[in-house]
Amino acid sequence: MIELSGATKRFRSARGAVHTAVRDLDLTVAAGEFVAVVGPTGCGKSTTLSLVSGLEPPSRGRVLVHGEPVAGIPGGVGYMFQHDAVLPWRTVLDNVATGPRYRGASKREARERARDWVARVGLDGFEGYYPHQLSGGMRKRVALAQTLVNEPTVLLMDEPFSALDVQTRGLMQDELLRLWSGSGAAVVFVTHDLEEAVVLADRVVVMTAGPATIKGSFPVPLDRPRDAEEVRLTAGFLDIYREVWDSLREEVQITRQRGAGRAA
Amino acid sequence: MPRDARATEAAGTTGTGKMVEAAGTAGPGGAGGAPEEAPDGRDEQDAVARLRSAGLRRGAGINAVRMLMVAAWLGLWELSATHWIDPFYYSRPSKIWERLVGWFTDGTSQGSIWEQISYTLQEAVAGFALGAAGGVLLGIVLGRSRFLSEVCAPFIKAANAIPRIILASLFVIWFGLGMQSKIATAFVLVFFAVFFNAFQGAREVDRSLVDNARILGAGRLQVLTTIVVPSATSWILASLHSAFGFAIIGAVVGEYSGADKGLGLLINHSQGTFDSAGIYAGMIIITVLALLAEWLLTLLEGRLLRWRPPAAGHDAQI
Repeated sequence: MIELSGATKRFRSARGAVHTAVRDLDLTVAAGEFVAVVGPTGCGKSTTLSLVSGLEPPSRGRVLVHGEPVAGIPGGVGYMFQHDAVLPWRTVLDNVATGPRYRGASKREARERARDWVARVGLDGFEGYYPHQLSGGMRKRVALAQTLVNEPTVLLMDEPFSALDVQTRGLMQDELLRLWSGSGAAVVFVTHDLEEAVVLADRVVVMTAGPATIKGSFPVPLDRPRDAEEVRLTAGFLDIYREVWDSLREEVQITRQRGAGRAA
Repeated sequence: MPRDARATEAAGTTGTGKMVEAAGTAGPGGAGGAPEEAPDGRDEQDAVARLRSAGLRRGAGINAVRMLMVAAWLGLWELSATHWIDPFYYSRPSKIWERLVGWFTDGTSQGSIWEQISYTLQEAVAGFALGAAGGVLLGIVLGRSRFLSEVCAPFIKAANAIPRIILASLFVIWFGLGMQSKIATAFVLVFFAVFFNAFQGAREVDRSLVDNARILGAGRLQVLTTIVVPSATSWILASLHSAFGFAIIGAVVGEYSGADKGLGLLINHSQGTFDSAGIYAGMIIITVLALLAEWLLTLLEGRLLRWRPPAAGHDAQI
């Protein structure tokens, strides 16, 4: 479904220096698989998603989605951004109807599908509200519905819940698992929160300190359906958490030392 | 509105199982608070009513002080003109009022006052519409195209540095004494005011909104119409307020430099006959027109920007 091989991305910084965000990425995600990507802050996790989404072309290497090399934005891709990307000047319903409208659905059809998804994310009754009238969690639900209404087969998520408080985050994690289950979509979920990664994913991929590459890949042997709050308390959760953390800790320390070196 | 929004969110989320528990744990605290809810509600209504009447009183107070200031100013002027200063140069409120009444009842030296007003207004509105349309169009195009904006930057800076009001004289030569020359003057003044805001607005569109739209399936044109234009709208509307003032200035100055009708001509004629009351009266009419236009634009802005959260401390607006 998604295949990165030897993918490298370099940026030219404002001062002309070349900055490598990710190097030699090799990653395959199968249809229906939920992969969480964890790594130290600022290591290039988001860049990985922009490569898959086609927003940025790779500097070197190959990126395939649905077996096709990525050129422009591949079909069937959904992307949930870290920051709210809902349109502040559109109501909840029209925000969710945006995708179908772009893809040529009639206004009525788009709204019908949007109404269905607004209900599915638990926002019925709020169709006519503007984003600023909603809480942070509710705006995330709008963003989720906006992405899912296009029925993506590849779902990319860039720390979508990082700005939420702990309770709301748990709730949204449950909501995501509920909506994803049975959709058959491949998910790449980027987060800096290992707990979130283990709760959600079938497989946790650890990235190194920048320039990032993939350090290890850990299958999560927890049963589904999972309850995001309950699963954290099981022994199985702790085992896998510890295993991944052992690998991640080194990278976090490297990043921290660099930060300290820069501060000194 | 946010209050019931949150209440319904809690109600809506209880459907998903997990939240029943959350609601359950919130029980002890919530249950104790529930019976007091009703009197609390009444208290709240009382508080709202008290706040509202306090707000009304404050508004009335502000208006009273304003009236007092105007009355004091006019009274002092009238008094000084009677005793100390020469009303031939400085005129006086009663004389200005007489001139205004005269204009509206008997007409002006140039004919009916309504004709002059309508003439100036037509020029201003036409110049405003054309200038705003042109400014928005070019601003958005250049704001979205790095290449074009870099190519055009020095020319636009130079054009903006020209004291554009002088162009009015040139336009009279080009287009004659009729309306066109005034519309052209209003146009150049409005155009730049709107252009710079539209440019900035188009440039500062949130990147993640554009990325999100592209992922959701938007083409270039769709990004422009559904993301860039609405984002830039608040910038553009902000500029329209001052732009209409510029349009009127353009029309009046145009008339000043040569015209056969209009308020600018009337003022120019008053100057020629040492009629200071006439100049003041013309000024007052133009001010009223500008304020009316400002009011209409504020209505339009409120309509177009309904989606924005209410501004904090909006009673301190000027």
